[in-house]
Amino acid sequence: MNPEIAVSASKLSKSYQGKNALESLSFEIEKGSLFGFIGPDGAGKTSLLRILNSLLIPDSGKASIMGFDTVNDYKKIRRIIGYMPGKFSLYQDLTVEENLKFFAGIFKTTIKENYHLIQDIYSHIEPFKNRKAGQLSGGMKQKLALSCALIHKPEVLILDEPTTGVDAVSRGEFWEMLQKLKAQNITILVSTPYMDEASRCDEVALMQAGKIMLRNEPEEILKAFDAELWSVKSNRMFELLKDISDFSKTKLAYRSGDHLCLIPEGKFTENNSLIAYLETKGHQSVRLEQIRPTIEDSFIYQMQAQN
Amino acid sequence: MKGFIIKEFLHIFRDLRTMLILFGMPVAQVLLFGFAITNEINHASIAVLDRAKDSKSLELQQKLTASGYFKFNAQLDHSTEIEKAFQSGKVKEVVVIPADFEKTLALGQPTAVQLINDASDPNTANLISSYTTAILMDFAANEMTQNQAMPVTTETTMLYNPELKGVFMFVPGTITILLMLVSAMMTSISIAREKEMGTMEVLLISPLKPYQIILGKVMPYVVFSFVNALVILIMAYTIFEMPINGSLLLLLAETLLFILMALSMGLFISTISNTQQTAMLLSMFALMLPTILLSGFVFPVENMPDPLQWLSHLMPSKWFIIIVKSIMLKGLGFMYIWKETLIILALAVFFVLLSIKNFEVRLNLK
Repeated sequence: MNPEIAVSASKLSKSYQGKNALESLSFEIEKGSLFGFIGPDGAGKTSLLRILNSLLIPDSGKASIMGFDTVNDYKKIRRIIGYMPGKFSLYQDLTVEENLKFFAGIFKTTIKENYHLIQDIYSHIEPFKNRKAGQLSGGMKQKLALSCALIHKPEVLILDEPTTGVDAVSRGEFWEMLQKLKAQNITILVSTPYMDEASRCDEVALMQAGKIMLRNEPEEILKAFDAELWSVKSNRMFELLKDISDFSKTKLAYRSGDHLCLIPEGKFTENNSLIAYLETKGHQSVRLEQIRPTIEDSFIYQMQAQN
Repeated sequence: MKGFIIKEFLHIFRDLRTMLILFGMPVAQVLLFGFAITNEINHASIAVLDRAKDSKSLELQQKLTASGYFKFNAQLDHSTEIEKAFQSGKVKEVVVIPADFEKTLALGQPTAVQLINDASDPNTANLISSYTTAILMDFAANEMTQNQAMPVTTETTMLYNPELKGVFMFVPGTITILLMLVSAMMTSISIAREKEMGTMEVLLISPLKPYQIILGKVMPYVVFSFVNALVILIMAYTIFEMPINGSLLLLLAETLLFILMALSMGLFISTISNTQQTAMLLSMFALMLPTILLSGFVFPVENMPDPLQWLSHLMPSKWFIIIVKSIMLKGLGFMYIWKETLIILALAVFFVLLSIKNFEVRLNLK
């Protein structure tokens, strides 16, 4: 057993009524890392995190946290992890302070004892400590839930979609807080459906249909993008995707925000030929520019390469 | 543990609806059952078709009104008016006194007074006719003694509740229903709420042991249920003058036992339901209805078909009502109710064990 490993899983499988949620997942996560599970809804993120935190039993395979088996040593695991479920599990009718006090209480600690851990986060919501949790904004609820999950100084923190339903500014703040927590030597597992959050993690695993499709450091994933990326716009966006896909030099085209992304075969120097091609198809005011790939583009690119 | 119980009390005090159910309901129910819903006849309006119109028929009519149970609504002159009187809805019973009433009586010959009832409400019709019959029998007996001795007379004594007060029946029933409601339904809902809100996930992940979670959830409701029982007893004692002939201590101890039993049923329900709504419906149909229908509170168990009677033996409420009546009205001691107590105790143990077996330390996703 490698002492540097915080979380390990081997051949984890789980199915609900014959439908596979997880298919033979194996991975190891190092201590002190901020690890992201990224994938769309239904990819199996929540099931995986619930198996790791001992709330679910896998159909087959084994998992351990800090060397404790998630099935047999679940009582020990429950002492050393902090968990924040998908819905912010707060008592809506209790005030901010009462919530925190309660969660400190059930983990046999006090707010005072571990205040230094949550200070950064809790100071944002402390002015509202007498407000009921149900009346907080999404971002504040999220901070309170994180404070509650942290109050007992866990060694491993498991956060299930903490940024879903939270505004962009709060999301940014939240990731900064996680970075700071990492400095306290807490291993953090986060799941998120937002690909753009991948770059905030030390390492990410891209999940789809119960499998880990890709796992790497964000920079490496970016580096693996060894092609050009062009953004295309025209006056007829609706037909554009089909027409570009039919273009002979197109390797991959997909929609992204208000433009289309185009990954060409090889180098795309004679881009005028595309404009000419599109004009024959009836597109006007075609705008073409090369853009820097984001981690999202890299995911799509590599997924395509795998298929 | 302490923090948990405090939290639970906060939930209850913060929720107006819960507070209303907990504290408004007992008072409302006792008052309702005590005053409004009553089986006693009071000033039922009747009409008389007096075909005799002699002194004896008048005497009989006076006897009827003097009882205080009836008030005369109309004197009918013809049998065709009987139907009309009922259709108007103002009359519950028509008493038809035959012609030559006095003469027939004087001759010592049998005569028949006809009672016609509005049986669209069968219970009331039954009651009114039996009250009237009783008065008629009394009248007849008086007439008999003047002429000849009656062969057999009955003398009825109503023990334990000589005035046949409905309240004496309703108070034990109301206590039972309320304890069931507060203990079983409220606990099952409050545990199901944790599951629904997702807070149960965090509770499970915490080092709290299952029994701590359960005790923390249950304790506040034990207290509230007990306070409720006290309130009902005090109201019954002061407002409705219901006696407590037996030991108050024994009564309270039995009440506490019943509360624990109801809580264990609530716990069991919460282990098999994942949403507040399921918990509520289950408590309603599995607990409340049988409690009301099969406990002998509203409908006498003795008159039910055999299968229902067997089923009623499984109703803890039936035994508790027997216990409460035995202590309050008959003043019996523990020696006389140990069997009923044992049944409730057994049910409590059964449901606690079942709940512990069913309580999941993990999530139960299918």
